[in-house]
Amino acid sequence: MSETLEKPAPKAALSIVGSRPVRPDGADKVTGRAAYGADFNMPGQLVGRVLRSPHAHARIVSIDASKARALPGVKAVITAADFPDLASEELEGGEAAANLRDLSLNVMARGKALYHGHAVAAVAAVSTEIAEAALERIKVTYEVLPHVIDVEAAMSPDAPVLHDHLFTEGLEARPDRPSNIAKKHRFARGDLAEGFAAADVVVEGRYTTKATHQGYIEPHACVAAWGEDGRCDVWSSSQGHFMVRTFCARLLGLDISDVRVTPAEIGGGFGGKTTVYLEPLALALSRASGRPVKMVMSREEVFRATGPTSGGIVRVRLGAKSDGTIVAADVELTYQAGAFPGSPVGAGAMTALACYDIPNFSIVGWDVVTNTPKVAAYRAPGAPISAFGVESAVDELALKLGMDPIALREKNAVKDGTKASYGPTFQNIGYLDTLAAIRESEHWKTPLGPNQGRGVAVGFWFNVGGESTAAVHIGEDGSAAVVTGNPDIGGSRASMAMMAAETLGLPIDKVRPMIADTSSIGYSMLTGGSRVTFATGMAVVQAAEKVTGELCARAAKLWDVPRDQVAWEGGKAVCLDAAKDRAPLSLEALAAQSARTGGPISGQATINAQGAGPGFGVHLCDVEVDPETGQVSVVRYTAAQDVGKAIHPSYVEGQVQGGVAQGVGWALNEEYIFDGEGRMENAGFLDYRMPVASDLPMLDAILVETAPNPRHPFGAKGVGEVPIVPPLAAVANAVRGAIGVRMPDLPISPPKVLAALDAKGG
Amino acid sequence: MARVVAGSECWPYTGGASEFEVEAGTVREIIAALDARFPGLGAFVDKRMAFAIDGEIHQDAWFSPVGPDSEVFLIPKIGGG
Repeated sequence: MSETLEKPAPKAALSIVGSRPVRPDGADKVTGRAAYGADFNMPGQLVGRVLRSPHAHARIVSIDASKARALPGVKAVITAADFPDLASEELEGGEAAANLRDLSLNVMARGKALYHGHAVAAVAAVSTEIAEAALERIKVTYEVLPHVIDVEAAMSPDAPVLHDHLFTEGLEARPDRPSNIAKKHRFARGDLAEGFAAADVVVEGRYTTKATHQGYIEPHACVAAWGEDGRCDVWSSSQGHFMVRTFCARLLGLDISDVRVTPAEIGGGFGGKTTVYLEPLALALSRASGRPVKMVMSREEVFRATGPTSGGIVRVRLGAKSDGTIVAADVELTYQAGAFPGSPVGAGAMTALACYDIPNFSIVGWDVVTNTPKVAAYRAPGAPISAFGVESAVDELALKLGMDPIALREKNAVKDGTKASYGPTFQNIGYLDTLAAIRESEHWKTPLGPNQGRGVAVGFWFNVGGESTAAVHIGEDGSAAVVTGNPDIGGSRASMAMMAAETLGLPIDKVRPMIADTSSIGYSMLTGGSRVTFATGMAVVQAAEKVTGELCARAAKLWDVPRDQVAWEGGKAVCLDAAKDRAPLSLEALAAQSARTGGPISGQATINAQGAGPGFGVHLCDVEVDPETGQVSVVRYTAAQDVGKAIHPSYVEGQVQGGVAQGVGWALNEEYIFDGEGRMENAGFLDYRMPVASDLPMLDAILVETAPNPRHPFGAKGVGEVPIVPPLAAVANAVRGAIGVRMPDLPISPPKVLAALDAKGG
Repeated sequence: MARVVAGSECWPYTGGASEFEVEAGTVREIIAALDARFPGLGAFVDKRMAFAIDGEIHQDAWFSPVGPDSEVFLIPKIGGG
């Protein structure tokens, strides 16, 4: 069941936006015609394979590849020596600035291997068998070093230090020696001591989460071809082919114009494909061998060598008046960054209290490197971890106060005009309406069964805009092609086509959305940050408006009237000068005459979209706990979200459902498990347990459209990240309700639940 | 004069000061004014910070307008997944 709540206010008449047409990529995907990263092949291509470190932390003393190179069928072997030794430099091109040196060192270890699975060499050969045999012939001499996985252990003064150049940023004074603590983040307001002194009730807790993987179905894959003229082509699955172009060019010392990247269909990313792993290696192997090189990761490699998100520790102390007014909050976040600095703890800190209007607070975040794969973005990066701690603590507060958990959140909710905990003043937010949607839901009013519990949690994400390019080309039959530069991860092709069709006045089946390579469309930031329907959508509408403007100009010429006497209405040019008595001209009619009236009709728009508008989610979860096995089953789940305006409601509901499913997995099952040597023990889907359809009930979505984004022509806000923020705590709060024991450490696996039940019984 | 509020990220440049009155009509002019007052801060905020102008976040947007009574918060740039 899904529903949409709208204000009954009049809105512009929309015929396509807000409807549910068939998805443009659907037929290709269900028939197998869609070409993913591993589906692309070139004549004469070689197979690339990566040799990975067997140690979590080791100095690379030497690499001898002579025996591998001598193996018949081996065409190239590369190591870090085949890449420029790059200096530290902030590099833009991804979603957030990356450090060029760290990016290079993560792609191929130089001097030290920093995690088990870190790439140390790669080969290209004529077959998979020969490539793998070649890997066995590469002799790497390691000096094994002590390693550290646990984030608190990594902060200890006695911990093995990963980087001698890493001095903690954000302290009042520069430390006198390096450590694994990369950065301290701090946000504060008011007087914390005064706030707690005024509180009638105080709750306090320590909550932990484990590293979890984005779990996209499609492993990383690419084909790279280095031309004899030095110009390169890459075909790969990523969240941004312009990002791949920028990163590859910088890592290999190429000009941007020498690299063309063509996007494949993408089988999931969720933030994990916002960086490069294989593409630079495939290019270097192609350069060395003179042949195209194809590389495809195994699932094990995906787990061991690509970014999970951080494991984290959240300490929360909340103080409230007896009426439920929260007067003080003290939050400390400690996040694993993996082998290089850059955990999402900053965003975790900024979002931790974003749903609450609290006069006195302190939020401190610590970014800590560990001997684990460098973390990558994962849907609302950092926010689910901090929300797990804060929302668990708010649940404890509601219990202690004897308050309804929704009423407690309503009492402290941010609204238009509230100064957000991270600084700005909120505008056009629908958070209170989203809370009300859950309070009024049939789910909230339904009694629970035996061994069941109910949890409420809320979440926030900023959403972003950024640079996008779009083009709209009119065919001679009056149909349209909409071309953008953003890989379609969550249904953006459908929403681009719909917004273009709405603007042009065309039926949706006359509009074909396409994603062009980096040489065929202008720059577009990657697909992430819930930005594409907002930002690229704005570019599409502007490009379509240029087309309708040109169509009106052509009609004005045909009618011999001034341009300002023609308007575009309902998909037709209409003459506003009644004295002329001109019949409206359809897009089809104008397109048929385009050669004689001035040539092809196209429009292109480039923008750097600002004012994305934040989103809020309120989730309601029912679980049932088997007291004999400790198994927790989610039996009912409803998620309400402030979405602005849903362009294609089915896709928005899908985003909500997908975020919830991933959040439930994070809460109940998923975790990186390491052995004593720092090796991940469960690098496969049999042992790394993600939820599948049979694990979940129907996930109900309520789309709240009471606060459209005034910046967007149809009111859209980003929707893809908010829904993963509340589920960790919603599930945990439901388990608390079911068993009467707080489970502060994720995942809430059956053995932990049984232990908690035993302890309670004892 | 726009009121500019900088968080702890900027304190190494400002010596801990957080709030400034700035005569500026655009983000670029704010950057220049901050750099004139605290050398190095301009480049830092240009690279690392987003500008929340009257509640609306602007990122990498030099010519976004700033009103004479605007409230401008400097916050770390935001990405996502």
